[in-house]
This record gives sequence, C-alpha cells and structure tokens, in this order.
Amino acid sequence: MTATVRARHRASFRWTRLFIYAILILFGIWYLVPVYVMLITGFKSQIEALQISTMWSPPAIIGFKSFEIAWFGAVNPASVGLQQGFFNSLQLTIPATLLSAMIGSLNGYILAKWKFRGANILFAGMLFGMFIPYQSILIPLVQTYKLFENVTGITLFSTIPGLIVAHTIYGIPITTLIFRNYYAQIPTEMVEASRIDGANFFTIYRYILFPLSQPGFVVVMIWQFTSIWNDFLFGVTLANTPKVYPITVSLYNIAGSFHVPWNVQMAAALVTAIPPLLVYIFLGRYFMRGLMAGSLKG
Amino acid sequence: MTVPSPEAFAAPPLSLSRSRRRALRQNWERVASVLLLLPSLIALAIFVYGFIGSTVFVSFTKWEGAAPDLTLVGLRNYQRLFLGAGTDAVRFHIDIRNEIGFTVLFLTSCIVIGFGLAALLDRRIRGEGIFRGVFLFPNAIAFIVTGVAWRWILTPGDVATGPVGVNLLLERAGLGFLKSQWFTDPTVLHISPTSQFGQLLNQVGLGFLANPDIGYALAVTSLVIAATWQFSGYTMALYLAGLRSIPDELREAAQIDGATEWQVQRYVILPLLKPVTLTVVIILGHISLKIYDLVVAMTGGVSAGFATDVPALNMWKTTFDATLFGQGAAIGIILLILVATLIIPYLRSQMRAETQV
Repeated sequence: MTATVRARHRASFRWTRLFIYAILILFGIWYLVPVYVMLITGFKSQIEALQISTMWSPPAIIGFKSFEIAWFGAVNPASVGLQQGFFNSLQLTIPATLLSAMIGSLNGYILAKWKFRGANILFAGMLFGMFIPYQSILIPLVQTYKLFENVTGITLFSTIPGLIVAHTIYGIPITTLIFRNYYAQIPTEMVEASRIDGANFFTIYRYILFPLSQPGFVVVMIWQFTSIWNDFLFGVTLANTPKVYPITVSLYNIAGSFHVPWNVQMAAALVTAIPPLLVYIFLGRYFMRGLMAGSLKG
Repeated sequence: MTVPSPEAFAAPPLSLSRSRRRALRQNWERVASVLLLLPSLIALAIFVYGFIGSTVFVSFTKWEGAAPDLTLVGLRNYQRLFLGAGTDAVRFHIDIRNEIGFTVLFLTSCIVIGFGLAALLDRRIRGEGIFRGVFLFPNAIAFIVTGVAWRWILTPGDVATGPVGVNLLLERAGLGFLKSQWFTDPTVLHISPTSQFGQLLNQVGLGFLANPDIGYALAVTSLVIAATWQFSGYTMALYLAGLRSIPDELREAAQIDGATEWQVQRYVILPLLKPVTLTVVIILGHISLKIYDLVVAMTGGVSAGFATDVPALNMWKTTFDATLFGQGAAIGIILLILVATLIIPYLRSQMRAETQV
C-alpha cells in the first residue's frame, strides 16, 4: 500500500468510527428520553407543568411539591398517595423473594446433584409454569383463595400473605432453573469426594453447596425482587383495597384517574421505578445474569 | 510362605456390609431428595396444571355473573369468540388483528435494533459498559411505569392544548406532517372493499381480505414504540453474548480468504447467530402474547373501536369487570394454547440439547 492509500484508508476508518459513536449516542438518548421527561416534569410546579409549550424544558424552579403529593396524596384533585403501596410492595416483595429463593436453592440442588429417573421431564414440567400467561389460571386462583378461606378461616384473597403465596409459587420455576444451572457448574467430583468422607444429603448441601451459593442467591433475589416489585397482574387481581394494593396498582390508580396533573404522575412513576433502578445500578452485573438465565441458556 | 493374617480373611465380609450400608444410605437419601422436592411439585401441579385444567373446565360452562354457574355449554364460549355475530366476536377478531400487528412489529424492531446495537458495540467501543448500561436499564422498570411515561410523551394534544409531547417536537422541527394521534388514533389500515383492488379481490373470491379485521390499527404503533424501548436493550444483550462466543479465528479466516466486512457479517456471523435469534423470537414472542400492563397503563384499558385492545386485556375485562367468567376463561385458554405452541417445542429442544451434552 502506498502512503496516500493508507492515509485515505485511515481517514475512512476514522469516519466510520465517528459514525458508529454517533448512532450509539443517538440510541442512548432515545433510551434516556422517558427518564428525562419524568425527571423534569416531576420537579416542576403544577403551574409550570401545565405549560405545554415548555414541556420539554427543564423546570425554571426545582420543587419537590409533586413528589410530596405523589407520596402522601392530595385532597384536590383527589388522589391516594403511593406511600401505602410502597410499603405494601416492600412487605410482600421481601418475604416472597426470600421464600422463593430458598425453595429454588433446595430444588436446584436436588435437580442438579440428585438426578433421579424422569427428573428432566419433571423439571421441564416445572419450567412451563414460568411461561404460561397467568390469564389462564387467574379464575381458579381467586376461587381457590376464597374456598380456602371458607374451609380454614384464613384469608388469602386481598391480603399481603395471599400475594406472597402467589408470587412464591409462581416464582419457583425460575428460581429452581437459576439454581439448578448454578449448581451444575460445581464439580460433581467435589460432592462425591465428600460422600466418601461420610457426608450425606443434608451435610453436602449445608457444608458444600450452600456456602458456595452466594452469587446464585444474589442473582435469584435480584430477579425475584424486580419482577415481584414490577408485577401488576397479580396485584390488580388479588387485591381489592388500597390497604393491600402493591405500588404498581397505586401508580395505575394515580395515572389512570386522568385528573391527576402530569407533574404528580411523573413523580409517582419515578418513585415506583426507583427501587428496581437502584438494584440495577448497584448490582447490574448480577441483573444481567438473571436476564440471561431467563432465556434458559444460563 | 506366610500365613495370611486374620484381617485379610475378615476383609471381604466387612467391605460387603459397608457397601450394603452405603446402598441403604443412598436409598434414604434418594427418598429424602424426592420428599424435599415434593412440596414444590405438588404446589406447581395444583397452581399450574390443576388451575389450567380448571380454567379449561370453566371455559366450557356458561358461568356469567358473580356466583359460579357450572352448567356445561360445550364449545359455546369459543364459538362466540370465533364465529359469533355479537360484540364479543367483533372485539376478539380485533384483538387477534392487533396482537399479530403488535407481535410482528415489536419482534422486528427489537431484532433490528438489538442486533444492530450489538454489532456496533462489539467493535471495541470506548465506554462500552456505559452504553450497555443505558441500553439495558429500561428492562428493570415496570411496564406500568413505561406505559405512564410514554403516554405523556405520546399524548397527541387537542384543539385546546395544541400539539403535546412528540407532536410538539415534530411541529417545532418543521415536521408537522409527521404528527399523529398516536395511541388514540382510530385509523385502521386495510384494503377498502369499495376500492378497485377490493372489488377485484371480491371477484376472485378473496373478498374477506378487504376487511378491517385483516389490517393494522395505527394506534398499535405507540404500544410497539414503548415495548421496543423496554426490550430492545435486552435483545442487544442476548446478541452481544452470542457475538462474544464466536471465536475471532472464524472472522480472521474469512478475512484472509478475502471476504469483505459485509460478507463476513452476512455469511459468517449471521448464520452463527441463528440460535440466538430463535431464543429472541421465542422469549419476546411469548412476552408479546401476554402483553397487558403496558396497554392498561398507556390507554387506561379503553380505546375507540378497540384500537389498542389485546387478548390478555380482553380476558381480564371480560372476566373481572363484565363477570363473564366462562367467556374470559375461553380467552385465557386460547392465549395459553398460543404461548404453548411457542414454548413447548423450545423447552423440548433445550432439554434435548442438554442431555446430549
């Protein structure tokens, strides 16, 4: 190659690089637009938010009034704040996450290290449960909760425990899947060596697998936390009072009433998004792994 | 010759009993492992399979109203949806039309954007981590939040307010002709039966194609935009993982053979990414079939002429608002069948691939 050709080659190379960065940045902006809109609208006063001509501009004065109304609610225009929903969601998300993670860990251990005949078919049968549209089980779910109350006197319909039960059970397939794939990576030789040393079913789990499980637990708990926090369908079907509504239903009631001003709606949307976003920002690496596990290939 | 020690004679029976002891221990451990798995299996057997069976049963009954009425009516609920003349059939046909339009556009845009971004990010980009983080964060957010945010951005505005959101930006940029009614648009693109082409179709016996049920509701585009915003980054991540697993030698070998950059992408990389695309189609496809929260949040669950109605939303409204439980169950089962035809072959192939390894 002569010097001029090489120089031309380098120049075109530089232009392609520039072009690539331009496209990436453009898409980056697109992904950030809704967050930008939520932020600037949320920090505006109601009067400023009503000014459509400046809806894309940052607030002239930054105020927290919208967040206050979004959190505590208001009398006029009437809205119930997110406060109750936020704590309801915490109350149901944390136990359901812990429970489904524990169950998934045990199931994963059994399915990875104690394969019995037909274990794979059973496992596939379990996995199917994470793909089904819940519309195909909602009617019997509600009926069963009501029947359960008639028989045992324990109320599950429209209670936090009822939501915990649903999220835990329908969370079992994904938590089992993630732990099974995680434990499959731990060499079976290790388990066999410990058996020769006298370890049994329980001690192998307690002293060998469980201590190695921490990253698995982080992945599973992040996954369960975000998906239970973000759930709407179970919330709107199994809860029928603001005392039990999870935060997504509270947000929907604020946004869906159509008379709550946009600044309050955006502030409420932002508050709802914050817990999963914090998880994503601080534990993003594990979040990614959960996402990948969701596509089965581990 | 030395006399064998007594231990040597004793050894065989000892090892025998030890192995028997081990076999016994393995047996109780096998039982324990199954016993511990049992609660989960029973829970899923009831909550997944039992409940599906129960919904199938309800879909064969005429249960309308709050109190269960389990009189069997055969396939009437399904018949009403597919072949009926009432509004439920009209609505269900529209749902299917919208679901198809949504799925096709949502999958296409996620795959194009996802693959494109992954291919660009795979070229030793400075700040790759930051880009990846920005592209992927929408996936952590609730559909309800996405819907509320995009509803504000895509609010078309009216005579009183003037253009709002994206329409305002378009007008300011001098692109006013691109303004749209977004998710409130009642327009359905279809072949008009009175048009020349429509009449031609009618003459050759294909008149049913010139029908708003075979068409595309423009309002669905807004749902596609919001859903793509949420899932294209996830698609990118799947493709990027796929690209990273392709050994560099393969590209280099093709380059040495004189392949251009385009040819390498087209004939080496793309075929190797086929399994990733299959995964993407199945995962996004089943999400698309189940789409519900996003529609509710963006439209409040109502739209003129059901322009943004989808089966999952129809099921919920029919069942819990209109208390037509039999009819709702039928829609739920139709949804399940659609998802199952996508998922079961996938699960089977995954399981088979695993046993081969």
